[in-house]
Amino acid sequence: MLKHSDIISLIDSMVLALRKRDGIEDSLIIGIHSGGAWIAERLHHLLENPHSIGMLDISFYRDDFTQIGLNPQVKSSDLPESIEGQNIILVDDVLHTGRTIRAAMNELFDYGRPNSICLAVLLDREGRQLPIQADICGMNIHLAPHQQVKLSYVDNEFELKNISTKPSDT
Amino acid sequence: MNSPTANKHLETTADGQLKHFLSTSNHSRENLTRILELADSFISFGKREIKKVPLLRGKTVVNLFFEPSTRTRTTFEIAAKRLSADVINLNASRMSTTKGESILDTVYTLEAMHVDLFVVRDGASGTAELIARHLPDDVRVINAGDGRHAHPTQAMLDMFTIRHYKGAFENLKIAIVGDILHSRVARSQIHALRILGVKDIRVIGPKTLIPTKIESMGVVPYYDMDKGLDGVDAILMLRLQHERMEGQQIPSQQEYFYRFGLTSRRVALAASDAIVMHPGPINRGLEISSRVADGPQSVILPQVTNGIAVRMAIMSLLMGGQNSMGGKK
Repeated sequence: MLKHSDIISLIDSMVLALRKRDGIEDSLIIGIHSGGAWIAERLHHLLENPHSIGMLDISFYRDDFTQIGLNPQVKSSDLPESIEGQNIILVDDVLHTGRTIRAAMNELFDYGRPNSICLAVLLDREGRQLPIQADICGMNIHLAPHQQVKLSYVDNEFELKNISTKPSDT
Repeated sequence: MNSPTANKHLETTADGQLKHFLSTSNHSRENLTRILELADSFISFGKREIKKVPLLRGKTVVNLFFEPSTRTRTTFEIAAKRLSADVINLNASRMSTTKGESILDTVYTLEAMHVDLFVVRDGASGTAELIARHLPDDVRVINAGDGRHAHPTQAMLDMFTIRHYKGAFENLKIAIVGDILHSRVARSQIHALRILGVKDIRVIGPKTLIPTKIESMGVVPYYDMDKGLDGVDAILMLRLQHERMEGQQIPSQQEYFYRFGLTSRRVALAASDAIVMHPGPINRGLEISSRVADGPQSVILPQVTNGIAVRMAIMSLLMGGQNSMGGKK
């Protein structure tokens, strides 16, 4: 549904919006595995951020793991720099129910107390189940409740795929 | 082998997922592999400053130990606490059972307090299974050692350690050394190795400590340690309960060490990169020399570390972490 060039220009627009924020030069960029990782890397590169990039795998922090199960290969979170007192840009691909972001913030607070967290997402879709909003968003999209999209990055090409199940399957 | 007839239907759900973990023998290769893979994910958490994850928050785990144990109980307790569960340790041999209450009455009483997971150790074979059969459908049981029958979490941490150092199981040569006859660890190791695809499994020990017809388990007995160790990739030592057997099954400690003690000379008969394992506690100078136990090929302490990650994996899988979506959302 979205091609590589579309996604690149969406990320460029996110960079423009991020640059307008105070203290952006000194923020820590942290991506959420796996969809947020590539976007975070690109933002990190385009913003010429001086800090090491961080990655979170929030699988062990999900509140719904008994419903969706545990991914057998959870990546370890990697936060190379202390987040204590830092301004953080938290990056994910799609903001939907808000549960991933809730879990990510819980995990972040296990590492320290950040000064602020700014949420940057590529796509914002409706269906929020928690009071969580994006501060920076590439694009708002409308999807039916049963539809799922997933960002992949293969051969240096971004691709946003529709991996929806039919309504009858859900 | 006088093992109780635990059945597959007790240990797995109708769609093949882990329900109780009472043995290694009643589980599929897929489920055992899943435990090893998830344990890999937990390894890195042990190195974090904050070692806890909120996965089992609000769940209650009871360590019900009818047989004394420090090491196993401690690793189960740490594993449950790192998953944020509430843990209660009951050393039941000193409690109600001495007042004449049956094991099941003790369990029913605890169940009435809404326990979610029992970790059970007993000197009698089949206790964990007995408890699993009498609990409501949503309560889980892990066997932390029952008599001579099984010690499946020890076997899984051994499998994890082997996989970590040696990779794929198919072409490995593995030797298990010591008191095979009385060892629940050996039994669980043999089943797990077979299920995971190891073809060359050797058991080494004196004739008095190796069951007759052990070949039916798919292993080859060796009564000469030097021959048995030839070219193996991992040496799995067992603890010799010498206090119980001297003069009966073994002639003397010195004689035993001479014939079946793991020395540097004997380690050199195995593959040059072979690993040496032991479930602990070790009897230095009886089944293993200090030089080997503390030597470069020994992975005895990493085994302990791995035991926590493996038990975290088993607990979180039993407590709901194995929906068919496999965490994809």
